[in-house]
Amino acid sequence: MSATEHTADSPPRGITRWLYATNHKDIGKMYLLFGIAMFLVGGLLAELIRAELLTPTMRVLSPEAYDQVITVHGLVMVFGALMPITAGLANYLIPIMVGAPDMALPRLNNWGFWLLPPAAILLVMPWGLKLIGIGSGTIDAGWTMYAPLSIQSGPGADFAFIAVLLLGLSSTMASINIIVTIINQRAPGMTMMKVPVFVWSWLITALLLIAVFPALMAGVIMLVGDRHFGTHFFSAAGGGDPVLWEHIFWFFGHPEVYILLLPTAGIMPHILATFARKPIYGYKAQVYSFCLIGVLSVVVWAHHMFTSGMPTAANIYFMLSTMAISVPVAVLFFCWFGTLWRGAMSFETPMLFALGYIVLFGIGGLTGLVLSDAAADQQYHNTYFLVAHFHYALFGGPIMGVIAGIYYYLPKVTGRMYSETIGRWHFWLCFIGFNVTFMPQFLLGVAGMPRRIPDYALQFSHLNMISSISAFVLGASQLLMVYNIVRCIRGEGERASDQVWTGARGLEFTLPSPPPFHTFQTPPVVN
Amino acid sequence: MSRGRLLSKGGAALALLGPACAFARAFYDFQTPVTPIGRDVLFIHDLFLVIIAALFLGGTGTLLYSVYAHRYRLNRKPASFTGPVGAKQWIWAGIPFAALLFLDYVILGIPALHSILALADMSGSALTIKVTGRQWNWQYEYPTYGIRFTSTLSTPQDQIANRAPKDEHFLLEVDRPLVLPTHEKVRIILASADVIHAFWVPSFGIKQDAVPGYLRQTWVEIDKPGTYRGQCAELCGVGHAFMPIVVVAKSPQDFNRWVGREHADEAAQQAASSATYTRDELVAAGKKVFDTNCAACHQPNGLGIPGAFPPIAGGHAFAAAAPMISALESRGFYKNGDIVVGPVADHIRIVLQGIPGTPMPSFASQLSPADIAAVVTYERNEFGNHTGDAVEPAQVAAMKAGH
Repeated sequence: MSATEHTADSPPRGITRWLYATNHKDIGKMYLLFGIAMFLVGGLLAELIRAELLTPTMRVLSPEAYDQVITVHGLVMVFGALMPITAGLANYLIPIMVGAPDMALPRLNNWGFWLLPPAAILLVMPWGLKLIGIGSGTIDAGWTMYAPLSIQSGPGADFAFIAVLLLGLSSTMASINIIVTIINQRAPGMTMMKVPVFVWSWLITALLLIAVFPALMAGVIMLVGDRHFGTHFFSAAGGGDPVLWEHIFWFFGHPEVYILLLPTAGIMPHILATFARKPIYGYKAQVYSFCLIGVLSVVVWAHHMFTSGMPTAANIYFMLSTMAISVPVAVLFFCWFGTLWRGAMSFETPMLFALGYIVLFGIGGLTGLVLSDAAADQQYHNTYFLVAHFHYALFGGPIMGVIAGIYYYLPKVTGRMYSETIGRWHFWLCFIGFNVTFMPQFLLGVAGMPRRIPDYALQFSHLNMISSISAFVLGASQLLMVYNIVRCIRGEGERASDQVWTGARGLEFTLPSPPPFHTFQTPPVVN
Repeated sequence: MSRGRLLSKGGAALALLGPACAFARAFYDFQTPVTPIGRDVLFIHDLFLVIIAALFLGGTGTLLYSVYAHRYRLNRKPASFTGPVGAKQWIWAGIPFAALLFLDYVILGIPALHSILALADMSGSALTIKVTGRQWNWQYEYPTYGIRFTSTLSTPQDQIANRAPKDEHFLLEVDRPLVLPTHEKVRIILASADVIHAFWVPSFGIKQDAVPGYLRQTWVEIDKPGTYRGQCAELCGVGHAFMPIVVVAKSPQDFNRWVGREHADEAAQQAASSATYTRDELVAAGKKVFDTNCAACHQPNGLGIPGAFPPIAGGHAFAAAAPMISALESRGFYKNGDIVVGPVADHIRIVLQGIPGTPMPSFASQLSPADIAAVVTYERNEFGNHTGDAVEPAQVAAMKAGH
């Protein structure tokens, strides 16, 4: 048989299966494995950061190296881990959930994935080069890459900018594919308002992505222009403005956090409904909320810039519009509660992580309210209060959400049940470890500790040490999930049934576990 | 499986004890505000935190109740509602959102608006100062009084490198603090010499970016004499953690006395520019200047950082981007891949003017001619460079004046 010929149940063999993959399940699995690997890399960088902050003058890293580590930690977690993992869930699940045989554009799908490994290599290659004496390491201006600092950065920064362009290209391709699949490939009878919540969440996410990623890509090209081609976009001496970069970046950056959030906000109702053995509460409300969040997210970006010296009217507008986003997000919380209320709940690992998501993302969202006050923000901006807020929002929300999603779908994808005991250990170590790591950071911020510093004043010592030690526990606990994933992939553990979970509903749970290579080649009937 | 249930509840309680205590403690950890804006911000902080603590406890309490009361093991039949049914339920469902809007825009929004408008009102300032952020210290200027000086971290390198015990204000002490009068509205104009920095003093409740090429402003009215410490709050390179802000607030009379003393010191420094010193005196003074101003990049041992900052020691290999290499070559400090000791005049010129297009800044406005003379002498006689040169302040002053 040639490399690409195969029957419905026998996928092609060898490396070409993966290199030339056009099957959405294969590509989904590659996205997931890549993303989880990057999550571990980003986590290692986080442990380095916390090791440096264990005591006021720990010298694990020089200040130069520290700035590079915090930058790459941010870029890897956002672009290398979270986005590919959610894209992987999208690729695997969306065609099944809408009853389509595959994504609408399978070859585009392949290219979209295979741009990712080169981008990841480019991000870290400058470190490898430095080891052999070339250059001074990678980008060190923070994941926000503010100009003119990023213009001063060494040659390693250009690697990061090209990586960002590749990542943007990849995300744009994946998003186009997702939008077309959802609009065009639904099984007959599946109207938009019958489509699973996760699919709606990815539709809005994909639309947001193609709307805002070009802004980042354009901005990055402008940075490269300022660095090497004599342009002055961000330099006053040439008629430009450093704050222009801030606007461009955050115009992308704020919708980006909703791009990270919405897919898991879409998985949550599925998981909660399954383990509460109840139908999803407020389907329409959640769909409208996603749409409203999508629209609002593009008009609030400058709440990241309250201290940059914008006119008073701008500060007031951005404060008021940011407060408005709390309403659709509150609707989502309300619907999650509504799904649980008077259900019959059991607490398997996905449910534990979903409940943890509600609590931790709740803290993230509530502290966001405090930050939206343009005047009070002067005390929180660029302090550890902000660091704690966005980790509660990004880890407590999307990361817990994808972990819940991974445990939820692991038996379906691999055909084997994971170890529930190890899963529970993972959850509790993660939940407690996370809180003990990041709650002290709210206090550190309020006490006056700025962010992005490798050494700090003595009054911040005790809370930093508590945070660091707990961070080591938090990091180590993720290995429990890796163990569970490897166990299932290797075919150990109980076989999973088609339905996997007694309360589970949806087209994906009518298929065998694992599903055959091609599914729904005849569209299912949806009433 | 009551043990499992107990463990779960115990775990949940443990995990929540942390946040509960933290919310309580947060009230005590904020630095005491000494300006009107600072007090406004503390009020908003306290108000917000009480409200979000109540929301959090309410929400989590409901969740925990549901997790307990609606468990599968109670052999429940799960409900099947998917939304509010009937007008009464719709009203109940709407109440939390109406409450949220009220909280956002009335309870939180009105004090916030008041503070934002107050912050933007610069009128009635008795004194205007200019603060310039640079990599990696602050320069303070009092245009009305003609006073200008640089304020650099004064924590010794030994403490940072863990070779000496740290003193109380580790990383929060400077050689020359900003001095401001109390009970007068001071307008602070912010500028930057290179990248974006941010001026932040927690006790004042203000933080404002210093954007290169633009001016920003904020104001303070300090109501108590004392020493207030803050830090740069925008990542600005490797020295970001090492450029603190120390403000010494004095009563208006003490402030005027300070201004008088500064003028006297200025005169003394002019005199120093024309004094003559021995080489040993220059080297001793130069070491202090080097450790404070140069060691951050060129390193205390003068070996620099490969690829980024050249060594001060001659005879060391150095490779970097082409612009840096050609800049060093044209000034006589680079030959065949090695750093060499170049001509004295060019050495002085590099310190005075910096090297445009590279991170080497100009020190003409930061260091006096006496300091520059000292540091150049130190560099030319230390790190294995035994040139025997001694640079006098007059030489530097002459070059500064444009000869």
